[in-house]
Amino acid sequence: MDRKPLITKDVERFLTDIAGITQFTGLYFKNLFKRRFEGKEFVNQCFRTGYQSILLISVTALILGLVLTIQTRPILADLGAEAWLPNMVFISVVTEMGPVIFALLFAGKVGSGIGAELSSMRVTDQIDAMEVSATYPFNYLVVTRVSATTLMLPLLVFYGDFLAFLGSFLGLKAYSDISFQLFFTRAFSDFFFRDIFPATIKTIFFGFFVGVISSYMGYFSDKGTEGVGKSANSAVVASSLVIFLLDLIAVQITDIII
Amino acid sequence: MAKERIVHISNLAKSFGNKKVIEGVSLTLFAGENLVVLGKSGTGKSVIMKCIVGLLEPDRGSVNVFGQEVTEADEDQMAAIRSRIGYLFQEGALYDSMTILENMLFPAKRNPETRKLPEKELTDLAEMNLENDGLAEAIDKMPAELSGGMKKRAGLARTLMLSPELIIYDEPTTGLDPFTSESISRLIMKVKERYDTSSIIITHDIECASITGDRITVLHEGKLVAEGTIPELKEHPDENVRLFFTKHAMP
Repeated sequence: MDRKPLITKDVERFLTDIAGITQFTGLYFKNLFKRRFEGKEFVNQCFRTGYQSILLISVTALILGLVLTIQTRPILADLGAEAWLPNMVFISVVTEMGPVIFALLFAGKVGSGIGAELSSMRVTDQIDAMEVSATYPFNYLVVTRVSATTLMLPLLVFYGDFLAFLGSFLGLKAYSDISFQLFFTRAFSDFFFRDIFPATIKTIFFGFFVGVISSYMGYFSDKGTEGVGKSANSAVVASSLVIFLLDLIAVQITDIII
Repeated sequence: MAKERIVHISNLAKSFGNKKVIEGVSLTLFAGENLVVLGKSGTGKSVIMKCIVGLLEPDRGSVNVFGQEVTEADEDQMAAIRSRIGYLFQEGALYDSMTILENMLFPAKRNPETRKLPEKELTDLAEMNLENDGLAEAIDKMPAELSGGMKKRAGLARTLMLSPELIIYDEPTTGLDPFTSESISRLIMKVKERYDTSSIIITHDIECASITGDRITVLHEGKLVAEGTIPELKEHPDENVRLFFTKHAMP
């Protein structure tokens, strides 16, 4: 009688990927400090991952602020707590919704792009061509991309938080004659540094892991056009799962520390 | 006086999963020589070449390049070996996000010996290499704008930027029309004469093998089964070897 293997292929692949991503992270730090930094390519990647995501983040952030305000205002009005609305929106956007939603969007747009691009470079032997000309492709392709996503996501989240705040103000303005100054004062009335610090730290981790996971999926892609699609897909799925996992860990740590 | 050995492979074996691709292959490339490795698609020709440049790690055997054991080389030693090797990939492997000039400058700007040269000098060298390969007008084009033959020429021009002592050509004429194939084969000979390189050419194109090869070795099912000139191989006792020459080009 045939015995079923204890570890199925999917489980084996999952464990291999976890080990691979861990090793890949180690290689990133090794190359970041050991090899010459590709400054020009890093700036180029910052432009592609950061600047080219601005429109997507802008639209989403404005809508997020508007929707949150329009949905919450009647409930708070019924409780006579409408004055708390700016503060409530701001804290929920800055501490939780902003980092997670913008990171997921970033994983969808930038992560899939990195996965597909590196994968198609693998399929067409471009990475091997860099390797055999002793140009350290890991340094040029991976270190620059991971560094760019680590830097750009927190900046995009700051920018998105501000626009969500603006969207919230516009949403409230439609129902009342609140001034921006009053809205601003109320938003910051019960807001402390401890609210923004953990959120910023976690967005740095989100950006780092979107870069590492997407680069890993593309760099070690299967050959063929199917491999390109799979890499782009895996980059988004795995990055999104890791964002939620990191968020859970960050919430627990913040809860213990603060 | 004995000729200098550039590449010496002995008893090389490589498997992927349960599939044995290369079994006990031994070959030597001498200085100034063009060695053709002839074989059907999927017989493991590219695998041998990838073992030479350290892209694949063999399961068994020794790979000695420029007197150094590749299988024992660390990252920096491997980089030193690779900087003396040019590798022309089947489709040229041009970096498709860069222009042809940027492709040419990419390895030169990162090589320890050439990266200190002024940009103008590197650009002049790139222009000269492209002109020698008949691609002067393509310098500002993107790889997607080039034909298959032009991509291979551009790939070769990029390889020559670092003045390699050894060039590996991976199926240089595959997918090209007979005229372009012949011109690429002639270009390989021109490069050998001009730059005094040693080369390994892996192909299944008899025409290319006859133009470029000083010595031809035949790979069949992961093993080297014959070696000699084309007339010698046409009379070889092994039918698998003779078959190459009765069909014009193997699939």
